[in-house]
Amino acid sequence: MNAEPGTLQIPELSLVVLIGASGSGKSLFAKKHFKPTEVLSSDFCRGLVSDDENDQSATNDAFAVLHFVAATRLAAGRLTVVDATNVQLEARKPLVALARRYHALPVAIVLDLPERVCQERNRGRAERGFGPHVVRQQVRQLHRALRGLRREGFRFVYVLESAHEVESAVVQRIPLWTNKTHEHGPFDVIGDIHGCCSELEALLSGLGYRREAAEGTPAAWRHPEGRKAVFLGDLFDRGPRILDTYRLVRDMVRAGSALCLPGNHEAKLARSLGGRNVQITHGLGRTLAELDALPEAEAAALRAEIAEFIDGLVGHYVLDDGKLVVAHAGMREDMQGRGSGKVRDFALYGETTGESDEFGLPVRNDWAADYRGKAMVVYGHTPVPEAEWLNRTINIDTGCVFGGNLTALRYPEQEIVSVPAAATYFEPAKPFLPEGAQAPVLSAQQVQDDVLDIEDVLGKRIVPTRLHRTVSIREENAAAALEVMSRFAVNPKWLIYLPPTMSPCETSAREGFLERPEEAFAYFRDRGIPRVVCERKHMGSRAVLAVCRDEEAARRGFGVTGEEIGACVTRTGRPFFSEGRAAFAEAVLDRLRKAVGAAGLWEDLRSDWFLVDAELLPWSAKAQALLEQQYAAVGAAAGAAMPEVVAALEKAAALGEDAVRLLAKMREREDRARRYVNAYSEYCWPVRSVEDLKVAPFHLLAGASGVYADRNHVWHMETLARICRADPGLLLETPYRVVDVTNEAERVEGVRWWEELTDAGGEGMVVKPYDFIARGSKGLLQPALKCRGKEYLRIIYGPEYDLPGNIERLRSRALAGKRSLALREFALGIEGLERFVRREPLRRVHECVFAVLALESEPVDPRL
Amino acid sequence: MLLTLTTTHRPATDLGWLLHKKPARLQTFELPFGAAHVFYLEATEERCTAALLLDVDPVGLVRRPGGAAGGGWALDQYVNDRPYVGSSFMSVAISRVLGTALGGTCKTHPQVAASAIPLSARIAAVPCRGGERFLRLLFEPLGYEVSARRRPLNERFPQWGESAVFTVELSAVVRLADLLAHLYVLVPVLDDDKHYWVGRDEVEKLLSRGGDWLPAHPLREQIAARYLKHRRSLTREALSRLADEDAPDPEAVEETHAKEEEAVEKSLSLNERRVGAILAVLRAIGARRVLDLGCGEGRLLERLLRERTFTEIVGLDVSVRALEIAKDRLKLERLAPAVRDRVRLLHGALTYRDKRLSGFDAAAVAEVIEHLDPPRLAAFERVLFEFARPGTVVLTTPNAEYNEKFADLPAGTRRHRDHRFEWTRAEFAAWANRAAGRFGYAVRFLPVGEEDARAGPPTQMAVFQLIAASDAEDGGHAAAGPERGEDGGSEIRPPEKKATTS
Repeated sequence: MNAEPGTLQIPELSLVVLIGASGSGKSLFAKKHFKPTEVLSSDFCRGLVSDDENDQSATNDAFAVLHFVAATRLAAGRLTVVDATNVQLEARKPLVALARRYHALPVAIVLDLPERVCQERNRGRAERGFGPHVVRQQVRQLHRALRGLRREGFRFVYVLESAHEVESAVVQRIPLWTNKTHEHGPFDVIGDIHGCCSELEALLSGLGYRREAAEGTPAAWRHPEGRKAVFLGDLFDRGPRILDTYRLVRDMVRAGSALCLPGNHEAKLARSLGGRNVQITHGLGRTLAELDALPEAEAAALRAEIAEFIDGLVGHYVLDDGKLVVAHAGMREDMQGRGSGKVRDFALYGETTGESDEFGLPVRNDWAADYRGKAMVVYGHTPVPEAEWLNRTINIDTGCVFGGNLTALRYPEQEIVSVPAAATYFEPAKPFLPEGAQAPVLSAQQVQDDVLDIEDVLGKRIVPTRLHRTVSIREENAAAALEVMSRFAVNPKWLIYLPPTMSPCETSAREGFLERPEEAFAYFRDRGIPRVVCERKHMGSRAVLAVCRDEEAARRGFGVTGEEIGACVTRTGRPFFSEGRAAFAEAVLDRLRKAVGAAGLWEDLRSDWFLVDAELLPWSAKAQALLEQQYAAVGAAAGAAMPEVVAALEKAAALGEDAVRLLAKMREREDRARRYVNAYSEYCWPVRSVEDLKVAPFHLLAGASGVYADRNHVWHMETLARICRADPGLLLETPYRVVDVTNEAERVEGVRWWEELTDAGGEGMVVKPYDFIARGSKGLLQPALKCRGKEYLRIIYGPEYDLPGNIERLRSRALAGKRSLALREFALGIEGLERFVRREPLRRVHECVFAVLALESEPVDPRL
Repeated sequence: MLLTLTTTHRPATDLGWLLHKKPARLQTFELPFGAAHVFYLEATEERCTAALLLDVDPVGLVRRPGGAAGGGWALDQYVNDRPYVGSSFMSVAISRVLGTALGGTCKTHPQVAASAIPLSARIAAVPCRGGERFLRLLFEPLGYEVSARRRPLNERFPQWGESAVFTVELSAVVRLADLLAHLYVLVPVLDDDKHYWVGRDEVEKLLSRGGDWLPAHPLREQIAARYLKHRRSLTREALSRLADEDAPDPEAVEETHAKEEEAVEKSLSLNERRVGAILAVLRAIGARRVLDLGCGEGRLLERLLRERTFTEIVGLDVSVRALEIAKDRLKLERLAPAVRDRVRLLHGALTYRDKRLSGFDAAAVAEVIEHLDPPRLAAFERVLFEFARPGTVVLTTPNAEYNEKFADLPAGTRRHRDHRFEWTRAEFAAWANRAAGRFGYAVRFLPVGEEDARAGPPTQMAVFQLIAASDAEDGGHAAAGPERGEDGGSEIRPPEKKATTS
């Protein structure tokens, strides 16, 4: 560390332990050089637990608090300063252990002031009730400790010996070597080379690198657009051109066109070059042989140079604002960007379980399977037949030297580029390529996705979305969702989306109406949206259908084997058809699959699966129990009661005006009850076979080629219409109109169409902005508003909702909660689909789906 | 809601005096949920009919500030049978509007009020949960002649069948005050177990109207039970909103199903014997730290807690409601800290990997797997055997072959409507052997309950024992999951001793 005298350099993530007798000025020093929140003082903690900073009997509790807070801060990667005397070994030991546990560097700053100074300062402080012997003892303990601090594990030790030195000291924070967050690439990360220089040259050429000399610098491979290569280590051993590989990489690093990380082979080579007695195995012999073949002087120089080169390599790098982490053998989340021997060991060797396999090789602990970090981790070390993503990590060591490939990952493109090995240069200890045709059925990610983790769903959850903002889920709502999800929902691999709730338009002021299209048109016009798409609203039950071209598509797209090839689920994620009617689901999916094929959509949209949002009719197909227990029961009660009521009042009409008025009212009630029964009966018909079902699709949500939220609703309607025309027996084309809401004639025509639909017994219509995703000045707009018909609303607000006196009260309905919910659920739905299409781990998709389900359990007026 | 009261007592017009309502005009009374009107259809010497018409305000029901007391599904609905049917509202109206008659006092005609006179009461519509049989069981012991006509659900769809709504007529020679008290108490009982009251004290008042006749009523316990209200926690409120939107109230449905299963298995006291058999296995292996996965209402937990050898007991269930009941059953709040600290209740699901379940000696999984959809079993197996990985797993499930022995269980149906499957012994053995082999367990089978020579035991049990890594050739591999067994051609030796300084 070559710094100015008086400058104390400390790593940005360290645990700074101040050491000094009482009165040596630690608190003042801490206050001067660190943020108040960075400093944990034992006096303060004593006060926290006992209301008295000098209560020595509270010392144990105080340190428990101090250690807890320090641990929490270090886990979060925050520099922490411990302001206590720390003159005793027992005090320092747990702090060093704490720093090690969180891979922070322990730093000691010793304020070794003359005893006299300390005693003097303490005399000035009445609250310090201890005698001079205490300070004397502390100073003695400090002196005894001084020489052993490094041995105790402090990586930096600074001793300030006078008031002047303390006064003039400057603290300088230095970034860790691993921290290259300011480097944004783009990068080409290259896996284990092992002396396969020809393949490396071919790979670099393919990636667009050229070997050339820049102004005044020696020749090296560079990329014309300034991309940087990142070598994941294991350059040496085994292969045919080891020293060429080394020179190529060295030149690039010197020229600034590459970064290089050390692998375990570099570490071993360094020990060998350093004269240590290591076993000449695993291809080390070939490196040594290449060196030995050189003229003596050249070999000696190169040995020294290589040793120095390896010594300068940093275990892992954190790049691009923390979004990319590179290391030879991978990097756990809690170690990223930290510096300790353990971190370096992990970077070089990974983690093992301590057991050995049948080849005598260590069994690896699969850190990637447990990885939950935000940063992408690219690593090598263990040869795999194919580079595969798992939880945002990817191993790109495809065993070139064993006859596999040399692989690069282009970042941020996430594109994999490989060059096959020209030969098998080295026989592996155990075969790494799958034997015969035993290709894995599911990818590593899909296998891992078979089981989701409770930690990813339970408790209070915060889900960021691209469209909207961060969505929070309350604990009790998550608990409710868990019960439904685990007991009733379909396999989460199918359940990649749940539809958002939909708000009605503003309440109409028109006499006799609660909802009319005028308000929906005004909503969008007032927010700068000129065109809307009005779609007929079908009255059935919501169904989300995942339809796959074949079994292979179900396996590749959804990671599902040995089940249905598709799914038909309700808006709460349950199978749409109960067990006894599972054949209906199969038939519906089969016919939909054929219709998609007949319409040519597999080819046109380059996808072998689609997710379709639809309404499945009739209502009674799904809701028979509800109909019987609620809707029909009310109708039956009214049918029994009202004729008797009217007959009774007819007899009593002679009793006067009151009776006559009441009779009129009850006649109206009888009439409304009859209209109510008619309204719901419209949506019922018996379902004996799949021939009696209708599926009305209205969103083509996603396919392998993307989330179709970037297409407007006319595209959705027209594309779905192609499918519907292929099987009109089952599929119901949804009539729609485009309305320019700034054009009076079109608006009037839109309203007229709504009246026509609702007069014919229809539920009403849905008004959507022309584009699937619409934004106004205050952000995301409602993706759809429903305008329900006058008769239909009897099913919602009761048979006599439109009687004067009732409708006035019903007009005051608070839409804000419903609208906010609709936006959050919409944003979550699209977020989940985007994650799915990006092929992120299922837990990331499930998180969104689960959140929608949890939000649905929030208390919102169910009639909206 | 229309209630008519007819008498042929002479003079029949005495009814007006008894009711304290004059036949000459229509009288209206404002009540919290709407208006009550009293008027007469006829008033002659021979026959007098008075009507009580309730004009319930359906919008007001939903919109009343703070909602109605008691909560419940019907309350949140504008689509509501309350305006049309006899219910607890009718009882409230009787006490508020006809209170004097209900009290049996009449200053002008005290002797008529005190005598039994021929009376009939007709309710135009009343839901009878329990059907006509229950209706008769309620009123016939009190001396009424009952006539009832059931209404169809929807005339357009005769296949939907009958509704719960009846038009009911009750006739007897009875004191008017008694008739009114009978209606006052029993109509809400008929209606349902979900009442909503204008005030909480209404329940007390209603039961007190039972006076001396209710204790003697053969159905007195059922009558009282139907008044019990259910209070729900936040989570359960939230859960109720997640009910399949197209299905009726899930909680009520669930209760019914659980009762059905219990009824089927009751004669065998199977539940007792299952708990006994599980305990026997846990004791035999000397388990100390045990899991009860799918602990339900905590029957096994209760037994485990009694034995000190079980030092750490964790019950997990997916149902928040079941956990609440378990908490009450175990009296967790009142246990001494040393006992309480031995047990924990967790909310979780067996289809999700759960770190909280790692490191236990044994896990009981009683009557759980049959509630999982078969496609979810794969996830369950990994969660249990691969991730939680207890030393021993005691797992029970119904034996489908035995179902024919249950007289009340129609052929081809399962014991509980939430059972997604019930296995024969061969099916269970096949599944258990495959799971055991895949995850490095040995498995044996035990019968639970009286064994039938042909059908076997009513419940089947499998005991899985983890094969220690040293006993098995690749126990360690199983732990890592068989699909991920391919570890690649690693040539790395464990890092040589390396100093932690750099």
